[in-house]
Amino acid sequence: MKKVLIAGYGLTKVEEHWDRSLENLMAESSLKALEYAGLSRVDAVYVANVYGEVLQEQAVLGSVLAEELGMSGVQAYRIEAGAASGIAAVKMAANAIQSGEANVVLVTGVEKLSDGTAEEHLALTAMEEREEYTGQMGVHQAASAALLYRLYLSRYGARQDGIAQFAVISHENAVGVSHAQYPFKVGLDTVMKSPYLSEPLHRLEATAVADGSAAIILCSEDFAAKLDPPKARLAACSLATDYVTPFDREDPLHFQALARATHSALEMAGVSREQIGFLELHDSFSIVAALSLESSGFFPRGKAGEAALAGKLSLNGELPINTFGGLKARGHPVGATAIYQLAEAYLQLTHQAGKNQLDNAKHAMVQSLAGLGCAAAVCILEEA
Amino acid sequence: MLEFGIRIPRYWRGKPFRYRLEGFRCEECGEFHFSPRLVCRKCGGKRLRRDKLSERGRLICYTVVKSASPSFEAYTPYIVGLIQTEDGTMIVGQLTDCDPEELHEGMDVEATIRRLQTDGESRLIAYGYKFRPAIQRP
Ligand SMILES: [Zn+2]
Repeated sequence: MKKVLIAGYGLTKVEEHWDRSLENLMAESSLKALEYAGLSRVDAVYVANVYGEVLQEQAVLGSVLAEELGMSGVQAYRIEAGAASGIAAVKMAANAIQSGEANVVLVTGVEKLSDGTAEEHLALTAMEEREEYTGQMGVHQAASAALLYRLYLSRYGARQDGIAQFAVISHENAVGVSHAQYPFKVGLDTVMKSPYLSEPLHRLEATAVADGSAAIILCSEDFAAKLDPPKARLAACSLATDYVTPFDREDPLHFQALARATHSALEMAGVSREQIGFLELHDSFSIVAALSLESSGFFPRGKAGEAALAGKLSLNGELPINTFGGLKARGHPVGATAIYQLAEAYLQLTHQAGKNQLDNAKHAMVQSLAGLGCAAAVCILEEA
Repeated sequence: MLEFGIRIPRYWRGKPFRYRLEGFRCEECGEFHFSPRLVCRKCGGKRLRRDKLSERGRLICYTVVKSASPSFEAYTPYIVGLIQTEDGTMIVGQLTDCDPEELHEGMDVEATIRRLQTDGESRLIAYGYKFRPAIQRP
């Protein structure tokens, strides 16, 4: 298969950008990525976004971004697969390169949640479940996550502070990260004493309203030779689906879509789990991070919390996670999130991660979920 | 931004399940679907018949929702549970006629009809099933 390389990135800070529009945010990250790679044009543009037509009442984001960049005429698309939209867009972009139709493409993720209220944000997350079923019952994603959390604690007899520790790790890693929404430490005690969003899920075990945009440049091997920046190889990109409502699945505590996507990505890249130097996890809720680690086969079921408490997942541990703060602390601007994760993995593999730089990491795995696992997408990046 | 709320035709379409726990069961493998399907999601079978879940079941676990979407915010805090009906199907729904302290995992519950939400714009009241602690029968 033809090699696909990442040759540039651009990020906006994740925060509530009251004074900036969705259009403006995606133009900024895209321009930064183009300038980083020394490009003024690309062969195709892919925009990952979930809530544009609801929150901004704006469709055709491909055409909008092309116009914002002075690139009108180029083929451009908006891709949506819930919070996994970013990797879905990367997959489409990689396909275009591998088919030979494009040599260099721009993939931009963007979301601007602050145009809605916190209550509306809860309604938006219900869109990643079956609206006509759980949505109509008033069961939003945090409530479903809380039920999964309960099931988990009672089935495995696991300690809750082990799960809550995932929030602590993400915050620890976000310290000093200039694009992170919450670049400060939060202690385990603070997480466990924060109010319940939906018991046993604490407010500080969940993400918050965030705006942001991230962009990456993908290109073919031939084209990469013409570009100066360091490169990382996109060694695999895989996506799988599952029933939308977790409680309809044979085992709600096993993200089968993530298990499938992980298996096929490892096979595609020709690497084993032991070769993965670090993981960027989808920690939309602490419990989701734990379920992800277990479903993708990195830890036995019921044991992720113990690994977190034992320091195995910290930057100096055996399998670091969320090296720039993850969804929890870097922030979770939904459609943009996976592009932030990929850009951060790129920074690690090209030794530009500053104080968070890992030694000897040759392969990175990026995991992304739509909702509570109705789609899962996995990328493996490798040192070029 | 676009208004969230009840769209009347969609509300009507959802009534069989929301009012009566009525959905579609695959005749090949027995899988239950809450909405009309052309194909069974589990086995791919195309013979599905209308069926109704048992209104009695067992509470598997529950949580108290403290903040909710605009349509449900007025009803917070409310209890949401995972219930296994007598026929083995897992469904989620709200719990009513009780305080969280009265609930425990494994207890018997039964379905009843209650108001779910009132739409701000249309004043339409949406009704649907909720579960309550089962009345013990001999
Ligand atoms: Zn079937």
